[in-house]
Amino acid sequence: MTIAAKEAIGAAAVLRIYRCCLRIRRFEEKVAQLFKKGLLPGFVHLYIGEEAVAAGVGAALRADDHIVSTHRGHGHVIAKGGDLNRMMAELFGKATGYCKGKGGSMHIADFSIGVLGACGIVGGGIPIALGAALSSATRGTDQVAATFFGDGAANEGSFHESLNLASVMSLPVLFVCENNHYGEFTPAAEAMNVADVADRAAGYGIPGVVVDGTDPLAVHLAAADAVQRGRRGEGPTLIEAKTHRGDHAEGEKAFLAGQPYRDEQELERAAAGDPIEKLTADIAALGLFEADVLEEIDREAVAAVEEAVEFAQNSPDPGPEALMEDRWASG
Amino acid sequence: MPPKTYIAAIREALGEEMGHDERVLLIGEDVRLGVFAGTRGLHREFGPGRVINTPISELAVAGMGVGAAVTGLRPVVDLMFGTFLYLAMDQIANQAGCMRYMFGGQAKVPIVFMAQNGGGLGAGPHHSQPMHPLFMNMPLIKVVAPSNPYDAKGLLKAAVRDDDPVVFLSQLSLGGQRADVPDEEYTIPIGVGDLKRAGADVTVCSAGLTVHRALEAASSLAEDGIDAEVIDLRTLKPWDEAMVLESVAKTGRFVAVDESYPTCGAASEWAATVAEKAFGDLRGPVQRVSNRPVPIPFSPVLESQTIPAAADVVDAVRRTMARG
Repeated sequence: MTIAAKEAIGAAAVLRIYRCCLRIRRFEEKVAQLFKKGLLPGFVHLYIGEEAVAAGVGAALRADDHIVSTHRGHGHVIAKGGDLNRMMAELFGKATGYCKGKGGSMHIADFSIGVLGACGIVGGGIPIALGAALSSATRGTDQVAATFFGDGAANEGSFHESLNLASVMSLPVLFVCENNHYGEFTPAAEAMNVADVADRAAGYGIPGVVVDGTDPLAVHLAAADAVQRGRRGEGPTLIEAKTHRGDHAEGEKAFLAGQPYRDEQELERAAAGDPIEKLTADIAALGLFEADVLEEIDREAVAAVEEAVEFAQNSPDPGPEALMEDRWASG
Repeated sequence: MPPKTYIAAIREALGEEMGHDERVLLIGEDVRLGVFAGTRGLHREFGPGRVINTPISELAVAGMGVGAAVTGLRPVVDLMFGTFLYLAMDQIANQAGCMRYMFGGQAKVPIVFMAQNGGGLGAGPHHSQPMHPLFMNMPLIKVVAPSNPYDAKGLLKAAVRDDDPVVFLSQLSLGGQRADVPDEEYTIPIGVGDLKRAGADVTVCSAGLTVHRALEAASSLAEDGIDAEVIDLRTLKPWDEAMVLESVAKTGRFVAVDESYPTCGAASEWAATVAEKAFGDLRGPVQRVSNRPVPIPFSPVLESQTIPAAADVVDAVRRTMARG
C-alpha cells in the first residue's frame, strides 16, 4: 500500500494506533517475563508480532461496537480500551481481575466496553459476534461486531457456518482472520489448499480482502471500509490479515522438547515484518510526529504496564466465597 | 379450561412471551413454517425480524443465540431434534454454560435451547436419542422436561423469562396429548416437581414421557394393593430434591424411572441422591428403570423394548417391595 493512501487516516487515528501497538507490545513483553519467572498460572499466548491487526481494527470501531476475541486475545482487549490493571490481575488469577480470577488469559472480557470475551475454543467466538450483530440490527442501531480468529479457525465448521449465516442475514460483522501461518504448530499450508483464507468469502457471497497484517495503517483502512459496509447495512466482510506470531504459547520449546516446526525463511519474514517498525516508518514518511512524541508514548506504555504488574501483585487472591459466586443470574 | 395439545401449549407460551417482551426472538431452521407446529403462525404474527428462519447450521445458530443473549436479547433457539444439539455443543456447553461464571459475573445469558427429546417416534437413532443427562451434567445449565400440555406452557414461559441458559426438552411422543390449559397467563417455577399421585408404599420418580408409564404402572400396582406415589420432577436441573426426599421419608422405597441410559443417567442421579441422603428411611433397595443400553432402534417392536415401559416399572416396584 502506498503512503499516499494512508494520508487520509489523519493524525489522531495514527497516534491512537501507535499508542495501542506500544501498549500491546510492552504488556506482552512483560507477560513473557512474568511467565518465564513462573509467576503466572496456566499458559499464555502472546500477541507480539500481530499488533497491527488489533490496533488497526480497534481504531476503526466505536466504543459501542462489540468484539469477540481469541485465546491470543490480550491485544484485542487493549485495542478496545481494556484496563491494563484488571487484565494483568486476571492473568495472575487475582480477585481484582476482569473475571475475578475465574477466566484467566484466555477468557478476558469487559462487557462495559463491548469486549464479549476472549474464547479458548478455536472458532468458538465467531458465531457469538453474529448474535451481537443481530442485537444491534434488532435494536435498529448501526453498531457492528468484529470477531477475531486465526487461520486455524478458518478450518472449523463454526467459521463456515457463520460466514454463510451472516451473509444470508446481512449482519454487520467483521470477520478478522489473523493468518499467522500456524494452527498451533501445524503450518497453514498443510492445513488448507488455498493460499488465501479470504478466497473462502466468495463461497458465501461476501467480500474477502487480503491485507498486510503487519502494516497497522493498511489494516486500519481495510477495517474502516468493512465497518462502513456494516453500518450501511451491506452485510459482513472477511478480512484476512497476513501476519506473524512469535511462539504459539510461552514455554513451548520445553513442552515440544525442542522439536523445530518453523522454517528459517518464515522466521526471517516474521522478523522483517515488525508492525511497530513499519508504523514508525510510516509516521516518519507522513511527517506526522517527531521522535520525542513517540518516545513519550512508549514511556507511558512501559509505565502503565509496570503499574499493572504492581496492581496485580498487590491484589488479593479470590476468597473462598468466590468459588460459588457468579453462577446464576436468576438467583 | 379448554383442552389443548402439548404442541399448542408450546405455541401459546411462545406467542404470549413474544407478545409482551420484544426482546424475545425465535431462531431456528424452519421456525417460519413450524415443522412440529410449536412455532407455527408466529412468523405471521411477529414477522421475520422476530421469528428468524435460518439455514441448517446448528453451531452458528446456537452461537448467534448466545451472542444475542449476552447483548440484551432473549432468544429461543429451536434446534428441532435433541440429537441435533450435539452439533451445537460447543456453544451450549463451553459458551452459554460457562460465560457468566468464566467472566466473573459480567455476562447474563438468557437463552432457551428448545428441542424434542427422546424416542417413541419410530424415527431411528439420529432422531430419538435421549439428551437430557448430558445437560444435567453441565453445572450452569437448567434442564426442563414437561410431561403434559399444562406444564409445557407454564415451564416454557418460565424458561423464556429465566436469566440463565435453559434447555427446554419437549417430547413429540406427547405432542398430540390433550389437557386443560388455561388461556390466561401463568408460569410454573423451574425446579419444582409435581406430585402426580399420592401413595404410601413406594416413591416412583420420573419426568417427561416416562411419567405416563409410571402412572400406568401405579394403576396396575393398585389392583394388587400396592400404593405407589408418583412424582413428576418437570425440571431435571435443578431438580426438586426436597420433594423426593420427603416422599421417600414417607414410603421408604424408591424407584427412579427415566428415558435415558443407566450410566450417569437421570435415574442414576436421583437414585444416588436418595441412597446418600435418605439411607435411613429406606426399607428396600433403590431401583432404576432406564433405557436398555443401545441406540434407539427404528423397529417399533425393538424401540418399545428399549424405553422404560409400565411393566418395567411394575417389576422394579416389586423388586424393592420384595426385599422389605
